[in-house]
Amino acid sequence: MARGGLFWRLRMMNQQTDNQSENLATPGFEMPDFAALEAEARNGAAQLTTPEAVENFRLEWLGRKQGRLKLLSEAWLQRAPAEQKKLLGQRFNALKTLVDSLLEEATSRSRNSGWSDEALRAEQLDVTLSGTRQLVGAEHPITRTMNELIAIFAGLGYSVGVGPEVETDYYNFESMNFPPGHPARDTQDTLVIARQERRSQRDRLLLRTHTSPVQMRTMEREAPPLRIVIPGKVHRNDAADATHSPVFHQVEGLCVDTNITFSDLKGTLDYAMKALFGASVKTRFFPSFFPFTEPSADVQISCIFCAGKGCRRCKQSGWIELLGCGMVDPAVFAFAADRQPGYDPRKISGFAFGMGVERIAMMKYGVSEIGHFYSGDMRFLEQFV
Amino acid sequence: MKILTTWLRALLPELTVNDAQLGEDLTLRGIAVEGIHGLGEGNGSLFEMDITTNRVDAMNHYGVAREAATIYGLTLLPGAAPLPVARPTNTPFLVSIEAEDACGRFTGQVLRDVKIQPTAAVSGPISGFAARMFTLLEQKQISNAVDASNFAWLAMGHPTHAFDLDRIEGGIVVRRARKGETLKTLDGVERTLDPEDLIVADHARPLALAGVMGGWETMITPATSNVLVEAAWFDPVAVRRTARRHGLHTDASHRFERGADFNAAPLASAIVSAFLLENGGYRDGDLVDVQIPALAARTAQRPPIALALSEVHRLLGKTVEPEGITATTVESVLSGLGCKLEQAGDDAWHVTLPSWRLDLDREIDLIEEVARVYGYNRFANTLPTFAGVVKALPHGASEAAVRWTLRAAGLHEAIGSTFCSAGDATLCEPQPGISVPLGNPLSEEAGVMRPSLIPGMLTMIAANLHRDVADIRLFELGTVFSGSTEHVKERSALALGLAGAAATEGVFALRRELDFFDLKGIVEQVVESFAARNVYFDQFPPEYRLTPAWLHPWRAARLTVDGQVAGWLGELHPRLAAARKLKSRVLVAEVYLDRLLALPLRKPAIREISRFQPVRRDFSLLLPQRVSWAALDRALSELGIPEMIDWRAREVLRAGPGMPEGYCALLLGATFQAADRTLREDELQGFAARVLTAVEALGGKLRSDPTSAATGITNHDQDTPHQA
Repeated sequence: MARGGLFWRLRMMNQQTDNQSENLATPGFEMPDFAALEAEARNGAAQLTTPEAVENFRLEWLGRKQGRLKLLSEAWLQRAPAEQKKLLGQRFNALKTLVDSLLEEATSRSRNSGWSDEALRAEQLDVTLSGTRQLVGAEHPITRTMNELIAIFAGLGYSVGVGPEVETDYYNFESMNFPPGHPARDTQDTLVIARQERRSQRDRLLLRTHTSPVQMRTMEREAPPLRIVIPGKVHRNDAADATHSPVFHQVEGLCVDTNITFSDLKGTLDYAMKALFGASVKTRFFPSFFPFTEPSADVQISCIFCAGKGCRRCKQSGWIELLGCGMVDPAVFAFAADRQPGYDPRKISGFAFGMGVERIAMMKYGVSEIGHFYSGDMRFLEQFV
Repeated sequence: MKILTTWLRALLPELTVNDAQLGEDLTLRGIAVEGIHGLGEGNGSLFEMDITTNRVDAMNHYGVAREAATIYGLTLLPGAAPLPVARPTNTPFLVSIEAEDACGRFTGQVLRDVKIQPTAAVSGPISGFAARMFTLLEQKQISNAVDASNFAWLAMGHPTHAFDLDRIEGGIVVRRARKGETLKTLDGVERTLDPEDLIVADHARPLALAGVMGGWETMITPATSNVLVEAAWFDPVAVRRTARRHGLHTDASHRFERGADFNAAPLASAIVSAFLLENGGYRDGDLVDVQIPALAARTAQRPPIALALSEVHRLLGKTVEPEGITATTVESVLSGLGCKLEQAGDDAWHVTLPSWRLDLDREIDLIEEVARVYGYNRFANTLPTFAGVVKALPHGASEAAVRWTLRAAGLHEAIGSTFCSAGDATLCEPQPGISVPLGNPLSEEAGVMRPSLIPGMLTMIAANLHRDVADIRLFELGTVFSGSTEHVKERSALALGLAGAAATEGVFALRRELDFFDLKGIVEQVVESFAARNVYFDQFPPEYRLTPAWLHPWRAARLTVDGQVAGWLGELHPRLAAARKLKSRVLVAEVYLDRLLALPLRKPAIREISRFQPVRRDFSLLLPQRVSWAALDRALSELGIPEMIDWRAREVLRAGPGMPEGYCALLLGATFQAADRTLREDELQGFAARVLTAVEALGGKLRSDPTSAATGITNHDQDTPHQA
C-alpha cells in the first residue's frame, strides 16, 4: 500500500515535468532560458526543508528518466546545431553544477533544520481528526454465540458433532421416540421435501426440526462414554414474527456414561449458564415433556436484565426460560443399541439438553427482532465487530 | 387452557395456600401456570395453564386438583355427585361394539322427559355452580344439554355427547363406516365416510364420527325430550386418523388422540345426567356399559410395573438435603398420584397404575414422577467425572480459517435464507435440473432448497442497497442442497458479495470503488489458506455456456483448484442487477467450499531471508492483447531463474497515444535477489535478457520510449524515493 502511494506520487510529478518541458520545447532554435531555469532551481531549493522535499527536488531536476535536465538534454543539447552545441553544453553544465550544489546545500540544510522546532511545528497535525480505520469483518452473532457455547462445553470435555440439515423421519422423529402418528409431532411443524408420499415413513426426507437427530447419528457411530455438543441450523414451518423464524439455530448436548445422573445434568447446565451469562446467574429446573428425555425439564435462569427483581423482559417473574433438557429416555438408547450394544439403558445413563441460539443471542446483545439475524443488513452486522 | 381456583377449592376444601403460591407450586411440579389473573373479591383467580402434551389428564379442573392434592397431601372430593335412582326398564338400551380394536368402552344413559332450556332458567346446585363457573371463564352458555357436556368437559376432561333418543333407530353400534355411507356432522357438512372411519351408528345409519363430532340428524333441539348420553373410550390412533381424514380437530378428538381415561366414562356420564335431571326427567334404566376387555387391559387394567429405589438413585443422583429420596418418599408420591404399591422385596415395589395416567408405563416414568413431585430444585448440582478426549470436527479448523481470512479482509458474516424460488434455483444451479423442491413450502418464493448461496446473497445485497447502504462486504458460509427428492446431497459453500467503496473514507483516504480484482484478491486469500498445488482463474466466451447466468460474461472468472472447478466470481450480470433494481456495480462469488475443505490447511513453509540487497528492475513492455498475464506469468516462471524472487504487473495500459493496434502496454516489475551474494550488474543484465526472450516468444517487446534512447528497462531503485 505504501509502495503504491509513492508510485502514484511519482507519476503525478512526472506529469508536471512533462508540461514544463513542452513549454521549453518551442520550435525554431532559441537558446533555452537558462537564467529563468537557474532562478527556478534557486527558488525551488530555497524552500526545501525536509529530506522528502529534497529528494523530490532531486528527482524533478536529475531524475534519470523524466528529470528536467534529462529532458532538456534530449530536447536541445542533442538536437542543437553544431555551432550552438558548445555554448549550450556549457550553459547546461553550469545549470547541472548549480542544481548539484543547491541539492548538496539543501540536503545538509534539511538534515540540520529538519528537526528544528520551527520545522517540526510546520508539520503539526490536527490529531483530533478521526483515524483512518482498517475494515474488519464481524463474526455473525449466531456463529459467535454458538462458538461461545462450544467453548464452554469443550471445557467440560464435549466434542463437537454435526449432522445433515435434511433428515429422515427416522432420525428426526422415530429414533427420538416420536412414534408415527404421535401427537407430539404436531408441536413441531415440519417442512418436508417434495414427493415423499411413496416412501416408507421412516425414509421420508424432511428438514430437521431440531438438532437431536445428531444424537442418534453419533451414538450409532461411537460407543459410550460420549460427550458431544451439536450446533446447527434447524427449520420449522412457523410464521415469522419478532421472536420466531422458520430458520433458527440450536445447540444440543449429549452426555452418556455409567452413573450419569439428573443432578449431573443440573450441575452441568448451572455451570454452563454461569459461564455464559455471569457467575451471579441462578438456574432453576421444572418438569417438562420431551419424547426423547425422561425425566424432562425446562430450565430458567434468573433474569439477566433485572438480576431477578422482576422487569418487563421477564414479565415481572424474575426468571427467563431458556432451555430444555432431561435424562435420555431408555427408548432412545434402545434405538441406539441396535447398532451399538453399549447403549444398554440398564448399564448406562445420560442426559441431553438443547437451546435456541437466537434466543440467547437476542438476550445477550439486546436484539429485539429475530429477523435481523437473517437480513444481511450491514448496519446490524457491523455492530458485532 | 383456563383453570379457576374457585373450582379447585370446591374440589379441595382443605386447600389453604393462596392462589399465587398454588400457581408456583403447580408450576415447579410441571403443571405450568403461565399467568394468574385475579377475578375480583370472592371469585379467586384464573390460571392460564401451559400443560405439556403428555399430561392430558391434568388439562381439566379435576386433574389439576388431583395434582394439588398430591403436592399438599389433601383429600380430593369425588368429581361427580350420586345420581337419582333409575326407574327399572324392561327393554334395556342396546349397545354393541363391532370395532373392538378401536372402541374400548361405550356407556349409554337413557334420560326421558327432560326439558331442554337455557341453564340460567334451571335452578339446582349443579346448574347454579356451572353457570357461575362459566361466567368466570367467559364461557358462552347455550342450553342445559350443551352446557352439561361442556361442564363435564371442563370438570373431568372427558368428552361426552348427547343424542336425541327419538331419532335413534334400534340401538347403538360402534363400527367402521361402510363404503358409500354419508353423515352430516354438527358443523353442517355432509361427509362421505371412508371405510377406515370409526363411527357411532344406529341400526340403520351413521350417527356420529366417534370421538370427533356428533351428527346433525340426532342433534338435541328445544323439542327434544328423550336423550341418550354417550361417554366412551376410543383408541387414540383411530380417532386421530378419522379426524385427520375429515380435516377436523375438536376438543374431543384432541383428548381421545392423547389417551382418555378409561374409567372416567361413567363419571362424565353421571355429571351430564345429573346436570340435565335438575330440570326434570328420569333415568330410564341404569347406565349401559359395554367394555372390550383387551382394551381395558391396555388402559385401566395394565399389569403392575416393577420399581426399585436403587434405580431411582442411579438416575437421579444427589439431593441437597442429606436424607434424600427414601422409600417413604417414593410411596407417598406415587400413592398420592393414584398408584397402588405392593412391596416386592427391600425397597422395591410392584406399582399398579391409575387409569388416567396412560403416559406412565415404564419404570422410568415412575422415577420421573418421584423427581417431579419431590421437586427438581431439591436435587444438588454435581458435575460428572470424565476420562476422554475432546475431538475436533474434521473441517472445524478449516472453516474457522476461512471465516478468519474473510473477516480480516473486512467482510461481515451473514446468514441468508435456506430456501429460494424455483426461478432463482434454475439461475444458480451448478448443474441444471437437480434442485430439491419442498413439499409444503412457506411460500412460492421459498419453494426450493437453495442449490447455491447466490440467491440469498443477492437478496441481502439488494436489501442493503434499497436501504441506501451502499458499501457492502458480506460473506455467507452455509449448506447448499442438490440431488433429487430421493437423495439430497448437502455441500458446504461460500458466497461473497461486495459493492461500493474499497475502504473506509477519511480525510486522507480517497474513495475507491471496489472492483473485480478486490473480489479476486479475497478469493485468492481464501484459497491460499489451503495447501493447493495448482490454482488458476480463467474465462469463457458466452457461447461456451459455462459461465453462470448470474455473472457478467466478460467480467467473470472460473476458479480451478487442483484440477477441480472450485467456484465462480465476477460482476453481477447487468441484466440481473437491473431486474433487482440495483443501481451500483455488485461483485459476487460462489466458492464450492467442500472442494477446498477436502484439502489440508496450508502450513507456513519458511524460506531463508537473504541478507543481500534485492534489486528491482521494471520492464516497460508492449504485448499483443491476446497474451494474458497468466501466459506471461507462466513463461517467466518457466525461465526458472531462482534469483528472480518476485515479479508482478505494475501497470496495464490497454490503449493510448503511440500504442500500436492490438497491443497493450504492461509495466513488469521484477525483483532479483540471491541468497548468498550481491548480484552483479552483468548477472542482472543476463536475467533481463532472458526475461526479454520470454516476452519476445510471446510476441511482445520492450516499449521504446519516444523521448528516450533508453532501453525501456529501469533500475527502479534509483528513481523511487527512499522510504523512511
